[in-house]
Amino acid sequence: MVYALLQRLGQMLFVMFGISVLVFLIFFATPGADPAARIAGRNASPEVLEAVRKSFGFDQPFYVQYLTMMKKIFITGDLTSFVNRGWKVVPAVLDTVPVTLSLVIGAAVLWVVFALIIGIVAAATRGSWIDKTLMVLGLIGISMPVYWLGEMLNLITQSRYHDTWMFSWVPPLGYKNFSDDPKGWFLTLVIPWITLSILYIGLYGRVLRAAIVESLQEDYIRTARAKGLSETRILLRHALRTSLVAFVTLFGLDFGALVGGSALLTEVVFGLQGVGKLTYDALLNLDLPIIMTTVLYASFFVVMANAVVDVLYMLIDPRVRTA
Amino acid sequence: MSVISDTLDVTPKSRGPWATALRRLLRDQAAVAALVVFIVIVVFCLLAPAYAYWAGTDPFKSTLDAVIKLNGQDVPVMEQSTEGLGLGYTPIGPTWQLGNYFLGADNQGRDVMARLLYGGLNSLFIAGMATVVTLFFATLIGLAAGFFGGIIDTLLSRFLDILWAFPVYLLAISLSIVLIAQGLNLGIITIESGSLWLPIFIIGVVYVPYVARPVRGQVLALRESEFVLAAIGLGVPSHRILLRDILPNVSTTLIVFVPIMMALNMITESALSFLSIGVQPPDASWGTIIQDGQTLLYTRPMVALAPGIAIVITVLALNVLGDGLRDALDPRSKIRIGRS
Repeated sequence: MVYALLQRLGQMLFVMFGISVLVFLIFFATPGADPAARIAGRNASPEVLEAVRKSFGFDQPFYVQYLTMMKKIFITGDLTSFVNRGWKVVPAVLDTVPVTLSLVIGAAVLWVVFALIIGIVAAATRGSWIDKTLMVLGLIGISMPVYWLGEMLNLITQSRYHDTWMFSWVPPLGYKNFSDDPKGWFLTLVIPWITLSILYIGLYGRVLRAAIVESLQEDYIRTARAKGLSETRILLRHALRTSLVAFVTLFGLDFGALVGGSALLTEVVFGLQGVGKLTYDALLNLDLPIIMTTVLYASFFVVMANAVVDVLYMLIDPRVRTA
Repeated sequence: MSVISDTLDVTPKSRGPWATALRRLLRDQAAVAALVVFIVIVVFCLLAPAYAYWAGTDPFKSTLDAVIKLNGQDVPVMEQSTEGLGLGYTPIGPTWQLGNYFLGADNQGRDVMARLLYGGLNSLFIAGMATVVTLFFATLIGLAAGFFGGIIDTLLSRFLDILWAFPVYLLAISLSIVLIAQGLNLGIITIESGSLWLPIFIIGVVYVPYVARPVRGQVLALRESEFVLAAIGLGVPSHRILLRDILPNVSTTLIVFVPIMMALNMITESALSFLSIGVQPPDASWGTIIQDGQTLLYTRPMVALAPGIAIVITVLALNVLGDGLRDALDPRSKIRIGRS
C-alpha cells in the first residue's frame, strides 16, 4: 500500500516535470520564429525585445532558460506581461480562480444530481420508452457544442424571452462576487451552470445506466432477489453501490479537467472572468506569459487531481490495492 | 461418383467475422438511419460549389452593397439599422428562398447558406483527417509500446501520460498561438499558417493518448496469446507478426473509434474555430460561422443557430453510428462516446 502510494506520487512528479518541459519546448523552442518576438507580443519595440531577451536569458543554453522560466512562474512569481507592461501574471491568474471554482462546483452539483436521477430511472425502466427517451436526450446533450448551447441560452434568456415572466430574473452577463452580493452571484451563475452541466448529465447518466444494468447481471443480485428483497432496495442498495465506483473516478477526472481549463468556452460565452477567460483574452492579445502560466498551473492541478482520485480509488476499492 | 462430387461442391454456408458484423450493424435501425443522415450531410456539403454557382454568390467575398430581388422588389442585403443612431447596418434575415439568401446574410453581406455548406466541407474534412492522424499515431505507439515492452513501452507510456494530463483546450491553445502566425516547419513537413492542416495536426495530436492507451492494452494481451508466442518461437520477424497477427486483431477497436473520434473532432474543431484558432478567415467552418454570428446573435440569430444545428445533427449521427458499430464489432469493449 505504502509502496503503491509512493509509486503514484513519483509518477505524478514525473508527469508534472514532463508537462513543464513540453510547455517550455512549445513556447521557447518551436522552430520558425524568435521566441522573444512571440513573448513580447505584436509590434514590440526593439527595447522591449531586448528586455525580453535579457529577462528570459535567451542567449544562454536551453536548460538555463528552462530553469529561469520555472523560477519566474513557481518560485518568485515575478513573471510580467509585456503586452500590458508590468502586469504581474501569477497574482492575476490566482485572482481568477474563485470565479472558475464557483462555475465548476455549481455545475458539478447539478450534473451529479441529475445524472443520478436519470441513470437510476433509466436502469429501473430499462427497455421501456422512458429509458429510450432519456438515453436519446442524453445523447443529444453530449452532441451539443457547449459554447453554442450557451449562446442559444443567452439568446433566449437575455433577448427573446427576457421580458417575459420566465426569464426576467436573469441578470446581465458578468460575474458578481459572492462576498459582495450572494444573490447576484447565484442568479448570474444559474444559466452558466445549466450550460456547463448538460454535457456531463448526458454522459454520466448514460455511464451510470450501463453500469447498473451490468451489475444487475451479477450473482449477488440473484442472491438478493432470492432473499426476497424488494426491487427498489436491490436497485438502490446493491446495484447502485457498485456502479458508483466508476462514477466517482470519472467525476474526479472531469472536475479536475474543468477547473484546469475545460470550462474555458463557458466562461467566454458568459463573460465570466475565470482562468479560462483570462487565457482566452491573453490569446487574443498574444500575451504569451499569461498563457504559459495558466497552462502550467492548470495542468499541474489536473495531474494532482488525478493522483488524488487514484489514491481515493485505492482506499475505496481493495481490489486495486493488491493489484 | 457424380453424386458424391456434387455434394462436395456445396460448401457449408459460414460467414466471416466481418460479414457477421455487417449483418448485425444493418439490423440496427438507429445506426443505419444515422449512417444515412451522415451520408446525406456529406453529399450536401460536397455540393457547396454547385450551390454557390447556382445561387450566383461568392461566399468568401464581402458584398456590402449588393441588392437582391425579393418577391419582385429590390432589397439591399445590408439594411440601414433602425436602432440607435442608425449608423450601423443589419444584414438581411432569412428569406427562406433557396439560392437567394435562404438563411440570410452575415455581417459582411455573405450568403449564410452557401457558407454553411462550404463550412461543413471544411469541418468534415478536418474532423476526418484529424481522425486519420490520431489513429495512425495511436496505432504506431500502441503497437510498439505493447509489443516490444521494456524501455520502449516505458518511454512511450510516460509520453502518453504527459499528453493525457494536458487539458485538451489549453494544449491546443498553446500549440495554436505558437503555430498560427508562422506555421510549422519540421524539416520534411511544412505547414503554412492559415492552412487547414494546422488544426488537423493540433486536434489529431491531442487525442492520440485517447486511442493509443486502449490499443496498447490490447496488444499487451495479444503479445501473450498462444498464436503470437508460436509465431515468435518459429522465428517470424517482428514486423511480420505485428502486421499479420496483431494489427488485424486490434482493427475492430480502431474501426469503432472512427465515428467516435470524428464526432469528438467535430466538436473540438468547432470550439477551436470559435476561439479563432482553428480555421482562419476567409475560409469558413461551422465553428467560424457561429463566431461570426455572435455579434449578430440578438438581431440575426439564424447565423449562429444554423451551423450549431448542423453540428448537433452530424455529431449525433456519428455518435449513434459509433454506438451501433461498437455493438456490432466489439460489444464487450469499454469504449465510450463523447469524452473531451
